[in-house]
Amino acid sequence: MAQGELSFTGRKRPLETLVRGALFMSSLLAIIVTVGIVMSMVFETWLFFEKVSLWEFLFGLEWSPQTAIREGQVGSSGSFGAVPLITGTLLISAIAMLVAAPIGLISAIYLAEYAGARVRAYVKPLLEILAGIPSVVYGFFAALVVAPFIRMTGGQLGLEVASESALAAGLVMGVMIIPLISSLSDDVINAVPNALREASLGLGATQAETIKKVVVPAAVPGIAGSFLLAASAAIGETMIVVMAAGLAANLTANPLEAVTTVTAQIVALLTGDQEFDSAKTLSAFALGLLLFITTLFLNVIAMRIVNKYRQQYE
Amino acid sequence: MSDMFAGAEEHLKSRHRAERRFRWMGRLAIAFSLGFLTIMLFSITILGKGALSRTEIALRVDLSIEAVNPSNIEATSFNKLVRNTLFEAFPEITNRGERRRLLGMVSADAPFELERQILAEPSMLGRVQTIWLTASDDIDLFEKGEVDITLPEDYRRLKDLELGWLQTLEADGQIRSVFNAAFFTSGDSREPELAGILSALVGSILTLTVCFGLSFPLGIMAAIYLEEFVKKNRWSDFIEVNINNLAAVPSIVFGLLGLSILLGVFGMPRSSPLVGGMVLALMTLPTIIIASRAALRAVPGSIREAALGMGATQVQSTFHHVMPLAMPGMLTGAIVGMARALGETAPLLMIGMVAFIVDVPQGFTDAATSLPVQVFLWADSPERAFLEKTSAAILVLLGLLIVMNIVAIVLRKKFERRF
Repeated sequence: MAQGELSFTGRKRPLETLVRGALFMSSLLAIIVTVGIVMSMVFETWLFFEKVSLWEFLFGLEWSPQTAIREGQVGSSGSFGAVPLITGTLLISAIAMLVAAPIGLISAIYLAEYAGARVRAYVKPLLEILAGIPSVVYGFFAALVVAPFIRMTGGQLGLEVASESALAAGLVMGVMIIPLISSLSDDVINAVPNALREASLGLGATQAETIKKVVVPAAVPGIAGSFLLAASAAIGETMIVVMAAGLAANLTANPLEAVTTVTAQIVALLTGDQEFDSAKTLSAFALGLLLFITTLFLNVIAMRIVNKYRQQYE
Repeated sequence: MSDMFAGAEEHLKSRHRAERRFRWMGRLAIAFSLGFLTIMLFSITILGKGALSRTEIALRVDLSIEAVNPSNIEATSFNKLVRNTLFEAFPEITNRGERRRLLGMVSADAPFELERQILAEPSMLGRVQTIWLTASDDIDLFEKGEVDITLPEDYRRLKDLELGWLQTLEADGQIRSVFNAAFFTSGDSREPELAGILSALVGSILTLTVCFGLSFPLGIMAAIYLEEFVKKNRWSDFIEVNINNLAAVPSIVFGLLGLSILLGVFGMPRSSPLVGGMVLALMTLPTIIIASRAALRAVPGSIREAALGMGATQVQSTFHHVMPLAMPGMLTGAIVGMARALGETAPLLMIGMVAFIVDVPQGFTDAATSLPVQVFLWADSPERAFLEKTSAAILVLLGLLIVMNIVAIVLRKKFERRF
C-alpha cells in the first residue's frame, strides 16, 4: 500500500463540491426568476378572474376600472374590457414599426453593403446611442416637443389632433427601436455569403439590384426575427406611453386620437394608493400576464427564426 | 437593331438612377436617426441650461437686537422678519392682495435661508444688513427671459404689478443671477426654485450598488457554470432559452414580480433601494450572463489544458486561470448592464419608488427615488419652472450614462487581447 499514497482518485474535495453546487444554483436562478414572474402574476390573475369573467376581460369593449356602472355588479368597481387597451397598444406599436422597420432596415443595408469601414465605425455606435438613451427621456421629448409639433402641424392642415395623440408616442417609440432592427439586420446581412453577391454582380446586376433581389431575400428570416424582437420591445415599452399617450381608453384606429396601452394602464393602476384585493389592482396583474405571454410568444418565435437562419449559412 | 440598343441604353441609365436613389435612401435613413438624436439632445440641453443659475433678490434686513435676539436666534420668527422687510421695502403697498403678491416675490424657503445665513455668520447681527435671498420660480423664469410679457396680463402668472417691482429692484441693483449649487446639493421640493437632484442621485447610487452586488457575482457564476462545467444537453439548452427570454421580457413585468413577491410575499420595505436594486438585478442578470459567457468563450482552450495538465482541478483551472483572463470582458458587460439599469424607470414605479423624497436616503431600506424616476415626477409637474429642472436632470443622467459607457469602452480597449 506504500504506493497507494500517491493515488488522488479517492480524495474528497468538499470545497470543490460546494463551489460546483453554488455555480449550479446561480444558473438555476434564471429559471427561478421565470417561474417567479409567472407565479406572481398567475396567482393575482386567478383572484382577478374570480371577480371578473375571462370573457369580459378578453372581449369587453369598455375599460373603466374606476367607476361603477350599476349597483351590485360583480366586482362592482367598473368594467374591465381589455380590448381598447389591446387595440391602443397595437396602434402605437404599429406606428412605431412603420417608422422603425423601413428606416432600420435601410440603415442596416447601407451600413452593411455601401458604407466604408470608417463611416461604419462612426455611424454604428452613434445609432446604438439611440438604444442606450433611457425611455423616460424619449417620453419627455415626445410629450414636450413631438406631440405639440404634431398637434400644430395637424392644426394647420385642418386636422383635429389630440394633445396626447397615438402618433406622437408611436413616432418617438419608433425612433427608439430603430437600433434594435438595424443592428440585428446588419448582422444577418453580413452573414449572407459573398458568393451570392458575386454571382449576381457577375451576371451584370447593379449593386442595388443585387441587394434587393439576392441579399435581402437571403436574409429575410433574420430580418423578420429582428422585426419581431422590435415589435415585442414596442409592445412592452412603458415610459413613452405613460408620459405621451395618456390614459383615455378609446377604441379607435385613428392615430391622431388619444389611446392608452396595456403598460400605461398597469402603471396607472399600481402607482399611488391601492387596496390590494380590489378588482382594480388585480386587473393590473392580469394585464401584466397578458403582456408577458404576448412578448414571450414573439421572442420565442423570433429567436427560433434567427437561430435556424444562422445554422443555414454556417 | 440600333433601336433595340438605344432602348437598352435608356434602360441602363434608369437602372443606374435606381442605384443612386437606393444609396440616397440609405443615407437619408441614417440621417433621419442621427438628426432626431441631435434635435432631441440639443433641445434638452437648451432647456436644461437654465437650471444651472438662479435669481436672487437683495433685501435690507433689520438685524438689530430688537429684531433678532443674538443669544436666542431660534426664537425669532424669520417668517415675520422677511414679511416686514418686504413691506418696508415697498411701503406704498397696503392692499392685502397686493401684499401677498409681494411676499410671493421671494421663495417660500426665504425665511429658512435667512436663518441659515445668520446661524452661519452670527457676527452680522446687530445692524441692518443687505442679504441675498432666492427669488420665487416665477421671478426666476422672468429673469431668464422665459416669460412672454407681450401676452395679456390674465394669461400670465406674473402680473404687471410684479414687473413694476422688479424694475425698481433691478434699477437699484437688487437682482442678481448666481450659480444654482442647490440643484446638486438638495433634494426634491414642491418649490421649483429649491428642487435639487441630490436625493434622487443618492437613491440611484444605492439602488445600483444593490443591483451590482447581486447581479455581478450571480451572473458570473451562472456564466461559469454554463460555459465551463455543464455538458451541453437539454437541461443546459433549457436554461439558455430561459436566459435569452428573460433578456427580452418587458421591464415593467420585473416590477410586477417585485411588487407581488418581494413586497407582497416577503414583506420587504416599499420604495427602498434594496427592493429596487433586487428588481433591477434580476433584469440585468441576463445581460451579464450573456456577456460573461462570451468573455469565457474567448479564452482559448490551451489555457485550460495547461492548467489541467499541471494537475489543477477543474475548479482551480477555472477560478485561477480562466476567470482572471475573462474578467475585463465580464466587467464590460456588467457596466453596460448597470448603465441600462440606471436609466430604468418602469419597474421602480411598480415598487413604489415614486415617492416625493426631500431627504437624502441614508441606507438601503430608506424610502428613496432614482434619477430617471425624478425626471418622470418633474416632467409631470404643472409648474413651468420644473421644465428646466427636468431637462437638467436628464442631462445629468445622460452624463452618467456616457461616463459609464466610456469606462466600458476603455476597459475593453485596454484589456482586449487576442490569443
